[in-house]
Amino acid sequence: MNNYHLSHLQELEAESIHIIREVAAEFENPVMLYSIGKDSSVMVRLAEKAFAPGRVPFPLMHIDSKWKFREMIEFRDAYAKKYGWNLIVESNMEAFNAGVGPFTHGSKVHTDLMKTKALLDALNKYKFDAAFGGARRDEEKSRAKERIFSFRDQFNQWDPKNQRPELWDIYNSRVHKGESIRVFPLSNWTELDVWQYIRLENIPIVPLYFAKERPCVEIDGNIIMADDDRLPKELVPKIHPRMVRFRTLGCWPLTGAVESTATTIEEIVEEMMTTTKSERTTRVIDFDQEASMEQKKREGYF
Amino acid sequence: MNKTSQESQPSAQKVLDIKAYLDADEKKSLLRLLTAGSVDDGKSTLIGRLLFDSKKLYEDQLSALERDSKRQGNAGAGQIDYALLLDGLKAEREEGITIDVAYRYFSTNQRKFIIADTPGHEQYTRNMITGGSTANLAIILVDARTGVITQTRRHSFLVSLLGIKHIVLAVNKMDLVDFSEDVFSRIKDEYIALTDRLGIEDVTCIPLSALQGDNVVERSERTPWYGGQSLLEFLETVPIHRDRNMDDFRYPVQYVLRPNLDFRGFSGKIASGVVRRGDEVVALPSMKRSRIKSIVTYEGELEEAFCPQCVTLTLEDEIDISRGEMIVRPDNLPNIGRHFETMLVWMDEEPMDRGKQFFLKHNTNTTRATIDAIQYRVDVNTMEHLEGADFRLNEIGCVRITTAKTLFFDAYAKNKATGAFILIDPITNNTSAVGMIMRPLEMEDINQADVPTLDLPRLGIAPDHYGAIDTAVRELARQGLEIKVVKDSKWD
Repeated sequence: MNNYHLSHLQELEAESIHIIREVAAEFENPVMLYSIGKDSSVMVRLAEKAFAPGRVPFPLMHIDSKWKFREMIEFRDAYAKKYGWNLIVESNMEAFNAGVGPFTHGSKVHTDLMKTKALLDALNKYKFDAAFGGARRDEEKSRAKERIFSFRDQFNQWDPKNQRPELWDIYNSRVHKGESIRVFPLSNWTELDVWQYIRLENIPIVPLYFAKERPCVEIDGNIIMADDDRLPKELVPKIHPRMVRFRTLGCWPLTGAVESTATTIEEIVEEMMTTTKSERTTRVIDFDQEASMEQKKREGYF
Repeated sequence: MNKTSQESQPSAQKVLDIKAYLDADEKKSLLRLLTAGSVDDGKSTLIGRLLFDSKKLYEDQLSALERDSKRQGNAGAGQIDYALLLDGLKAEREEGITIDVAYRYFSTNQRKFIIADTPGHEQYTRNMITGGSTANLAIILVDARTGVITQTRRHSFLVSLLGIKHIVLAVNKMDLVDFSEDVFSRIKDEYIALTDRLGIEDVTCIPLSALQGDNVVERSERTPWYGGQSLLEFLETVPIHRDRNMDDFRYPVQYVLRPNLDFRGFSGKIASGVVRRGDEVVALPSMKRSRIKSIVTYEGELEEAFCPQCVTLTLEDEIDISRGEMIVRPDNLPNIGRHFETMLVWMDEEPMDRGKQFFLKHNTNTTRATIDAIQYRVDVNTMEHLEGADFRLNEIGCVRITTAKTLFFDAYAKNKATGAFILIDPITNNTSAVGMIMRPLEMEDINQADVPTLDLPRLGIAPDHYGAIDTAVRELARQGLEIKVVKDSKWD
């Protein structure tokens, strides 16, 4: 008898491709939010797989907070060009021109304006009725309870107590005008799955994930890389080179590095398996307040 | 240069090990499981233990847990409250119960696991149904002190309704009954009698203590009379690959791929069965025949593909097939029709209104549907049939449904992927109900008149415009409004 067997990764891949195609078929104006991070890179590859030999039938959109690592932006632009992505880049220019940034306004105000508001404004501007995000359920407690098709009201709010039942692989994509769905095709992937997939598929990722000597300062116990000259002057003398890498990528002043010598995916995985910190602890925004991610999700941030 | 970097540089041997680990990890299979129990059965403790003992808990999650335990934990002094680890949302933390489905991930050397953690409260049948729809296996917890209770019966009935093939009855808190074999045997016998009635074949009963770890990962010395596997051993080895339907090829077309004039592919997920290049196939509902020309993927063409793979099929002949239609084998057809009898679970706060026309989504097909008749409701505690009346939240029963468009379906018991559907409220857009089809109904097509007909020749529309009309009609069909198009008047 034939043994028709899929490995867990093949099964996850099939689940994700099915989700991505379903959105393309059922929504009028979907968009894939692209954060430049490793999960986004996997999600984009899955979208390319879903429509091969055709092109991905929806745009990618990057919300640029204007404080991303320079290497992220270089990577984004290089690959958008190389693969011919239909890439939209949006920023909250009003807040940026007013000088909003994490050092002057704190992480909460910065995130609210440069990430959440920028995202909501962009979604409204293009009238997207579905937006893919690369979030995984194993990342954070409030995400563990979220549906793959996550309904948002006209204010982009998530109501954890009033989620649509989601069964089998039948997704309810019906929304009224102004409402939308956030779609998480990587819901069931774990961090290890993502690394394993990047390894097997040779998916390019931003070099910041690999260890290198980088100029760093310590801020409130976090190792912050001095990525550009907007670092407050009093901190400049404290810059030291350190062998570090990043487990997640975001705004450079809000993303802690970890000391590491891992320069290959195998070494990263090894480090991850023996590590003592889960990945979101290197993201400074989580500590703003208790249950902060849940709060942000309710407000429309992913 | 940092002097520790040389010491922590991984040796060649270590890198090889991690490669070997990743190579082995790549081949692991996936088991999705559902856990159900009533509030005090220790379900969250059991899951916490599985996660903890399989060494997948990161240290910082653990230290957060110790901090939370001190503040509001229910475990005794000095013990970690594993349940706290799982309760994610603020509201539930305050209420002290899990209120929705939460998904947990862990892996061992054998398998990867996805746990759907669902609550046992009566009003939350909806969540257990949601969490269990994709599960290969269900763990049902009972407290050894109370044994099989009403909620156990309800959970087991829901598991059988969902067609989950394997059940583990976890008889928990054995430490509180002195690990008594008599207690365990009595519960086991009572439970087997129950599952026999429900027609669930693969039932495994395991005596354990989630709090103290007996028979969770390691077999316990305190149950020398128990000769079976520990819970984790069982989860790692239970064969599940035969649970999928590999016999009946069903391919609901999800997306039509036309990147250029030379390529027309039909993308979809194989719902069941196997397809090979060269196979003779038939498209439903047109009944037009062709052969599989190629099975296309990003990686290249395949000789054969099987469920649940996502592929793109191309055919030898130019046949017009749209989303919602189905490709099958001519000698193995599903039911083709608009009337069926089905089990239905009401998931909406708003009670059933039989005057409503719902949207019914079945595979990639969306259509209008009405509930014609209620055959009976089921008392989920006793499994007795009750008189039919409009369903309220969490009520389950058998109904008859008529759809506007023709569906291609199988009985859920035979084929989950083509036997399941959801009902969507046309006003609120909520998922109001979910269904598991039992059988097709042979009925006079009394409602056929409901479908408006566009007789193009009779309306004097020239064939030049047929293409545009097809496109418009297809868009309406996507929205669940079927219009019959007549292009050739001589048919009746």
